Order: sequence, then C-alpha cells, then structure tokens
Amino acid sequence: MRKAMLGEAWRAMGANRLRTVLTMLGMVIGVGSVVLMLAIGQGAQYAVAQTISTMGSNLYILISGSTSASGLRSGGGGGPTLTVADGEAISELDGVANVAPVHQGTQQLVYGANNWNTTVVGTTPNYLEARAWTLVSGYPFGDSDVRSATRVALIGQTAVDNLFGSDDPLGKTLRIRQSPFVVVGVLGRKGQNLDGRDQDDTVIIPLTTAQRKVFGTPFVGSVRLMMVQATSAEAMPLVEKSLTALLRQRHRIREDQENDFYLRNLAAAADSAAETTRVMSMLLGAIASVSLLVGGIGIMNIMLVSVTERTREIGIRMAIGARQRDILTQFLLEALMISVAGCLIGLLIGIGGALLTNALTDMVIVISGTAVLVAFGVAAAVGVFFGYYPAHRAAGLDPIEALRHQ
Amino acid sequence: MSEAVIRVVGLGKSYTTAAGLFPALKAVDLRVDAGEFVAIMGPSGSGKSTFMNLLGCLDTPTHGDYFLVGRNVAQLDKDQLAVLRNRTIGFVFQGFNLLPRMTLEDNVALPLVYAGVDRDSRRARARQELGRVGLADYASSLPSRISGGQQQRVAIARALINSPPLILADEPTGNLDSQTSEEIMTLFAGLNRQGITIVLVTHENDIAAHAQRQVRFRDGRIVSDQPTPARESA
Repeated sequence: MRKAMLGEAWRAMGANRLRTVLTMLGMVIGVGSVVLMLAIGQGAQYAVAQTISTMGSNLYILISGSTSASGLRSGGGGGPTLTVADGEAISELDGVANVAPVHQGTQQLVYGANNWNTTVVGTTPNYLEARAWTLVSGYPFGDSDVRSATRVALIGQTAVDNLFGSDDPLGKTLRIRQSPFVVVGVLGRKGQNLDGRDQDDTVIIPLTTAQRKVFGTPFVGSVRLMMVQATSAEAMPLVEKSLTALLRQRHRIREDQENDFYLRNLAAAADSAAETTRVMSMLLGAIASVSLLVGGIGIMNIMLVSVTERTREIGIRMAIGARQRDILTQFLLEALMISVAGCLIGLLIGIGGALLTNALTDMVIVISGTAVLVAFGVAAAVGVFFGYYPAHRAAGLDPIEALRHQ
Repeated sequence: MSEAVIRVVGLGKSYTTAAGLFPALKAVDLRVDAGEFVAIMGPSGSGKSTFMNLLGCLDTPTHGDYFLVGRNVAQLDKDQLAVLRNRTIGFVFQGFNLLPRMTLEDNVALPLVYAGVDRDSRRARARQELGRVGLADYASSLPSRISGGQQQRVAIARALINSPPLILADEPTGNLDSQTSEEIMTLFAGLNRQGITIVLVTHENDIAAHAQRQVRFRDGRIVSDQPTPARESA
C-alpha cells in the first residue's frame, strides 16, 4: 500500500513536470544556499581556530607598565621594568608551564647579496614551547646559548624565502647589524596571526645575544615583554591572581598604587575572535534559512493548487474506499517527495558551489556531515509542515461535493 | 429469509439553506433483496440523488435507519463508511470518473489499494475484471485512448473488483449514445444474472426497462414501486 502510494506520488510529480521543477527550485535554492553558507561559515571558523592554535594555548602576554619622565607618560611597555629574575620567579608559580622573556625589534638581515627587514626576537628556549612552534630542520638553541650569548639563529619561512631563495639556510651565516649569526634551525610555517601579521617573517635568537649584540640596550636583563603559558585553561585564573600578587611584591608596589605591568589574556582574545566568526556563520545560515522557508511556502502554494485541481479525483478515491488518512498520506507524500528531491539536488549544488568557491578563491571551506544532515532534516520537516495543511484540506473534503466538482 | 442487501426505514435528509431547513428526502422506506435489479426514477429535485448518496454511504441521514447488508450505517464514522464503501459497494458514475493519469489496469485495481491487497494480486485481479468486460487488451492504455462506452466498461470492472454484493449506478448511460447504452445495460443485466444486486438511477424509460423493478421518486417521497412491465419489443 505504501509502495503503491509512493508510485502515485511519483506519477503526480511527473504529471506536471514544469510545475514540479519550479516548485522544487525553491527547495533547491534554499538547501543549496544553506549548505554553501554553512560551508563558508564553518570554513571561517576553522580558519580562525587554526590561527588561534598557532599562537599557542593558554597564553598570557605580560607587558611592562607605562613610565613617566618629566611628566611625559609612555604607553604600556614603555620601559623595560620586567626582569629575567621576575620571569624565573613566575616560572616557579603553580600552574605556570613556560615563561619566556622577549626583547624584539626590527632589523635588517643580510645574506650574500640579499637583505631583508624582519622582526628579530630575542628570547629563551621556552619561547618555542609556549608558542608550540616546531622546527622543520636543525635544532633549537639551548639555555647554554642564552648564558653565553652565542650568535645562533632560528629563522622563519618568510625570512628564508626572501634571504635564501631556494638555498638551504641550515648552517649558513647571515648578518644582523654586522654581527654574523649561524642558522641552526628553520621554523615551521605558522601563517598569519589574528591581527593579520605574518608570523613567519621572523628570526629568533638568544635573549642575551639580542640585548648585547643586536639592540645594544643599556638595561641588559630587563625586558618589556614576557610570554607566560599556563598549564591548562583551568589554571589560568589562578595564575593571573598569583602572578599579579608576586609581581606587586617583587616590584614593591604599595596597596594604593596601580600595577606597573599589564597582563593580557590571549585566550580571551582568541575566544572573542572565535565567537565573532561563530556569530557570522550563524547569521549566514539564518539568512539562507529564509530561502528555505520561502521554498516551503512555494510547496504549500502548489499543493493547494493541486488539491483544488484534483478535487474530483479525491472524490472518486473517497467513493471507492479511500479513508481520510489515505488521502492525507497521499498528498503529504507528494509534498515530502518534492521537498526531499529538491533537497538532494540542493545538496549537490551547495556542495558543488562550496568546492568551486574553494577552487577559485583561497577561502577555507568546511562541509560537515552535520550541516548536510541538518539541511536534509529541515527540508523533510518543511515538506511535512507545509504539505500538511493542503493534505489536511484534501482529506477533509466532502465526497459528494468533491465528486460534483468539475 | 435472508437479510436484505438494502433496508431503509423512515430515512430522511434535510439541508440547511438560507431559506431555512429544506427536506430533500422525507421518511423513505425501501427494501432491496439480494439479486434484485432496481431502477430509481424521478425528475430532478425529486430526492433520488440524495437517496443514492445515502445508499452509497457518501452521506449520512438526518433521520431514519439504513441497514446495508445488515449493518446500521447511521452509526458509522467517516473512515468506517469508507471501508464499507470499499468492500460492499461498487460505484458506476455518469461521467465514468476514471483517473486520467492512470492506466486502465491501475484504475481498475485502485479499490484494492485501499483494501490493502498486495501488488501482484491487484494486477491479476484487475486483468481478470478487465477481461470480464471485454477490455483485456487495453490494460496498459490510458482512459483518454478509449471511447466513452469502453471507459464505462472499465468503470464497471473497477466497481466489480472487490466482489461487492451491491452495485450503485448513477445515470450510467447519461453520456452515451443509444447503442452503447444498450450494450452497457446488457452488461448490467448479465452481472445481475450472476447474482449481483444492482440499483440504478435513470430518467430514461428505455434504460429503466432493463431492471426488474422500478421505484419512482417525487418531492422527496417514493410515489410508486412496481415490477417492470413486460417489454413489448422483447
């Protein structure tokens, strides 16, 4: 019986092909745009999540506070009031995984006939761990390199491309401010950070070497910046509290004075970026859903026309023994068939569109099974929801009236 | 004595119109026994259509009782009526009322779909019934491909497929020429000889002459009920 009804629904769809196709088109466009928009939205979320993961997890940036000289106040990081000793004290705190003092600035690099301006980061071996940065070749420098201020460098991919071209940089000597540095390791590619800066355009050298031989600071052992990594996200609030207390004590700050440092939670920044893209992808999905709704209304419209056109047929069916639920099932199946068929075509077009977008632009596209499943479920629900009223109307017809209908 | 196929007691139907309650049918009593061939006659507005709708379980009476093969129809709900129509009554209409998009075989088999019969049996029985009305060769044609007389034969095959004890025919020859009408009536007479009870509405005396009994309606009442006089021409 169910099979016979499916066959009839199929025949009814075929009876007026142009109309069926046009009705389906509403669903095709609706489902297609939902799938495409979700793919783009989820792609954006994925891209942001990727970028966030390149920063390193559970990170704080500790910045020295503003200083004032003759009434002129500098901004944050104005003076190097954080010391390496501060960093060592912080690393003793519960819940702290890594602390890396950083002295960075831009410098001109020279290799052979090439030169390139890049960010030089002077730091300790912990930096790589805090930023979850791996080497593609060579070895990182160690604590002994920091102690003895050796001239070794880890080089980022962008700097490699611009200085060395196709040469292997490992073991080569480049110059930073006339000082020769041996490249001991090549950093893996990280891409852009959340601000859009190229994280690979960098050279990492030991902190002591940077301060003494590159930047020539008078405050050796003091920095404006430190990376502090917590052992876990749960440990972060505790670290924030104990770190603040520790630094206030070490810097001898009185109760009524403000901190002479800023602690910036990178995880919070990452969360807000992720939240922004999440909202954006939801918005895209919501806009696309409107077309799904319009498609559903199209189905209802056509089904109502169909019921009116086939009133006599309904009367005949009732006379020869169709119960109300038989008529209801018949028209519901037709609506469902149109919407599911439209949905399938829409899925293909949506996925095709997503793949095309991926091929033609550098946008990241993520087609998730969940999104496809949800689109399909919604389409079926739309079919039942918008098909129900016309089907109910058909089933409620009076057989005598229906038979008399011309 | 066996149970009557149709037993109607004080059956009436009133419609609410703008002018008030209009009694289309007033307290009709009628009994039709198994194997009878009854013609129902009367001018339009006489109540015969209302009566046929009630007999066909398409409508419910406002008063009185209707026993169809012993069951009191007045107490049944819509779905029970649908099942009753499906199993007990074969309908033949003036306008044939075949479904235009279905093959003749599928048209004939349609009542079996609602009776829950499986596909293979449906097909076999539909072919058998088409053969019975002489149209076995047209099983996979569409109704638009055949003549009016042939369409009415298909409709009769459809009416017969669930082996109902009763056939209700509403002006079955109204859209046919006289020769084809004669053929259809011969078919009905043959079915009646096989034991099927037939109740037929017509306003033509020639057609009514094929029945054994003629019931005349006027103003919502039965005004005469008598056996068909012997045909002069026969």
